[in-house]
Amino acid sequence: MNRPFSKRNRWRQPSVLPGFGLTFGFSLGWLTLIVLIPLATIFLKSAGMGWSDFIKVGFSERAVAAYRLSFGTAAAAGLVNAIFGLLVAWVLVRYSFPGKKIVNALVDLPFALPTAVAGIALTALYAPNGWIGQYLDPLGIKIAFTRIGIIIALVFIGLPFVVRSVEPVLADLGKDVEEAAATLGATRRQTFTRVIFPAIGPALLTGFALAFARGVGEYGSVIFISGNMPGKTEIAPLLIVTQLEQYAYDGATAIATVMMIASFAILLGINLVQAWSRGRAGA
Amino acid sequence: MITVQNISKRFGDYPALHNINLTIEPGEFIALLGPSGSGKTTLMRIIAGLEFQDSGHVLFDGEDVSTRKVAERGVGFVFQHYALFKHMTVAENVAFGLSVRKRKDRPSKIDIKARAEELLGLVQLGGLGNRYPAQLSGGQRQRVALARALAVEPQLLLLDEPFGALDAKVRKDLRRWLRGLHEQMGLTSIFVTHDQEEALELADRIVVMDHGVIEQVGTAEQVYMEPASPFVSDFVGEINRVDVTVTNGLIRLNDRQLDIAANGYADGPAQLHFRPHDVELAGADAGGLPIIVSNLFRKGGKWRVEGQCGTLDRVIEIDLDATDTPPHVGAELVVRPTKSRIFHTTGR
Repeated sequence: MNRPFSKRNRWRQPSVLPGFGLTFGFSLGWLTLIVLIPLATIFLKSAGMGWSDFIKVGFSERAVAAYRLSFGTAAAAGLVNAIFGLLVAWVLVRYSFPGKKIVNALVDLPFALPTAVAGIALTALYAPNGWIGQYLDPLGIKIAFTRIGIIIALVFIGLPFVVRSVEPVLADLGKDVEEAAATLGATRRQTFTRVIFPAIGPALLTGFALAFARGVGEYGSVIFISGNMPGKTEIAPLLIVTQLEQYAYDGATAIATVMMIASFAILLGINLVQAWSRGRAGA
Repeated sequence: MITVQNISKRFGDYPALHNINLTIEPGEFIALLGPSGSGKTTLMRIIAGLEFQDSGHVLFDGEDVSTRKVAERGVGFVFQHYALFKHMTVAENVAFGLSVRKRKDRPSKIDIKARAEELLGLVQLGGLGNRYPAQLSGGQRQRVALARALAVEPQLLLLDEPFGALDAKVRKDLRRWLRGLHEQMGLTSIFVTHDQEEALELADRIVVMDHGVIEQVGTAEQVYMEPASPFVSDFVGEINRVDVTVTNGLIRLNDRQLDIAANGYADGPAQLHFRPHDVELAGADAGGLPIIVSNLFRKGGKWRVEGQCGTLDRVIEIDLDATDTPPHVGAELVVRPTKSRIFHTTGR
């Protein structure tokens, strides 16, 4: 305690915020209990099956198709949400209108709704004989039981993540920054691309990452609308459940491990990009 | 020349500005002074084109710019909270106005960079171009905001409470420096403030506003020495305000006759205004205000005496020379204003 600058104490800087050791230790313990131990059991389980078996099951043709579908549709849905979630956040922050509180609550609804309910509702809408599907079907557009259906379900599930990530940053941005850009002769377009977008970029990326991560792991809503054709519209989480139902626990854990590592790598990458952009803003 | 003609503006039911007329000569440094809610910021934002009037016109050199957007008016605007672009370096902030120009009007990248450097030198921030706004102090940020506004070579510089968020010492330095810059660059400048000291020190002319109307336009001398209304008298500088009655050209405070001429004033209730330094102490039976000293402290080179005058609920403040022997608390004095103004009590 008396050697605040000694090398042995490099994590312990003198600070007015007390309890670093206690809170850090507690957070680490909590994370271990809640996140690390369950994840570690997946690793252990898959480690027991041997490398060649692991590759065979974890990278079978059916599994690879499922990964591509899961990550691809999650990314697409995250992208759609980034664009339209930004729009919703913009409207909620910048304008006041009757019923704003209701719209605000609607945004959070996908959080609360049982995902199966969402899946069934969307299927009822977009199935070839559904309310919307019946008009699209004659045009040759199929939504339910295709990738597009999966993307729609994931967009529904992921919307709140983007809106709630971007909203506070947008509110904090302030009208005066936009006005400053206008007084300096910037057009609306320049103001958006050069002033607003870079400022909310990191938050938008967070929202995208959350929506993406949620989309990768989503199960309940997708299985109703996707049709679950192996190799075509079968998502990775469903494949895991299928394996479990066939008592192929090794297969399930192998697929789970691959998904976990891929997700972790992607999320870590996004975090690094964010740290870099924050560093640039000098904050 | 900036001309404001019959400008009115309402926000919903709230009348922000009522029939404002104002002419500003080239090269002038104008202060819009008033309490919050007086409409001073709204007036400046209308001149800038950030807000639009309900009726009336804004003319730049005789040309009606009322419907022109802010980007087309060629004004530089410095915001109260700087409004710097946080994700850009200081140099990028300053260069922004030049870099968003249409290609044919846009200087080359090298020229823009050189211009930004030059402006940063002008605001005494040379060498800090690569920093981010978060790494600067409040005074430095304000100067970056100023350099950014000057980069587009505005014919008119508008400053919204430019020193509001700074501490007293920085504020004073920056004030003097801004005055120098204004003269050096031959700008026409308008700034909004609620700080009368700032307005008195900086401005060529002061526009005193209250409740959406202009109360008085004049030099610091005129506004301080010859206030046109009780509001101006009260708002600019320190003042003692005493309710009195005028009868036959004589002023009475309750049943006491004051030794102040009120020739030409109609009979009736009135307000007597006098400044703390425009007083002398008089004998007990002279026609002045009797006060009992309730507080005494040194205020720079003066003694500030606060006293209770009979049943008046407002404290009377007077200044005495520091070389005088100060009265003690509880002493009874008679104060005679040597210079005062009388305003009839009207509805307001």
